Amino acid sequence: MTTCPLDMGRYAAFVWPAYGVSAVGFAWMIVDTALRALRARRSVERLEAERRARESGS
Amino acid sequence: MMISTLANPHKFMAFSRWATPVLGILGAALIGGGLWLGLAAPPDYQQGETVRIMFVHVPAAWVSMLAYACLGGASFVSLVFRHALADAAAKAVAPIGATFTGMALVTGSLWGRPMWGAWWVWGDARLVSVLVLLLLFLGYMALRASIDDEAKAARAAEILALAGLINLPVVKFSVNWWNTLHQGESIMRTGGPTLAPVYLTPLLLVGAGYSLSFGALWLMRTRGEVWRRRAASLTLQAALT
Repeated sequence: MTTCPLDMGRYAAFVWPAYGVSAVGFAWMIVDTALRALRARRSVERLEAERRARESGS
Repeated sequence: MMISTLANPHKFMAFSRWATPVLGILGAALIGGGLWLGLAAPPDYQQGETVRIMFVHVPAAWVSMLAYACLGGASFVSLVFRHALADAAAKAVAPIGATFTGMALVTGSLWGRPMWGAWWVWGDARLVSVLVLLLLFLGYMALRASIDDEAKAARAAEILALAGLINLPVVKFSVNWWNTLHQGESIMRTGGPTLAPVYLTPLLLVGAGYSLSFGALWLMRTRGEVWRRRAASLTLQAALT
């Protein structure tokens, strides 16, 4: 009889890796998606600043 | 109405700016609450503690199919109406869909080993059709990456995505059409779910949380793709002046 909700008994070697894989999958999606969006946004901001500088200089 | 409004890139960017964190926070709360209930539920009389793998396996499988339906829908709009935002959305959803499909396959394998005595069964139609789903996502991404001309790459990948839609009913009904080791439908079936409420409630909560999180990730990735294209356009303009 399992007493602790986190005690998976003899199936712990299957249950926790399943939760771990899911957590890693989510973490990868969040980090990769956020970094890509941030990099692209910074590129746009830099290029727009350069364009404004060119237009004001001409 | 909502879709036609969001087809405007400026309105999409304004909408997604607040919708992304809202969906993400709601999704995380639902997943947290659902897993809390799921871990507190009693072990199944047949499957024991392994039943808890269901709370991460089944929602990942649901979202993998949802993601492919979104890829097919966005590809159709892009191919037929030549809509740039639909193409950006299609490109953005593929890696997310591939990740959820990979999660469904790995967690399913971890569930199958103690229950069936096998990590993988090549003769099982559900397992193989989900593997085909993963290969379709990966094929879409590889095709887009392999052609330098972005417009041609998009057209080719969209045709592949539309052809791959035929796999969705195969995944869904594989457990009805063939004898499979994978268990049959127990949630979305005529006659109602056969799952006990103590498992059904957390499963539905985590499923809703996964779906909202998928929405947040898709919006954020599409925003990134819109910015990337804007940066490419500005770079080209700078080179021409």
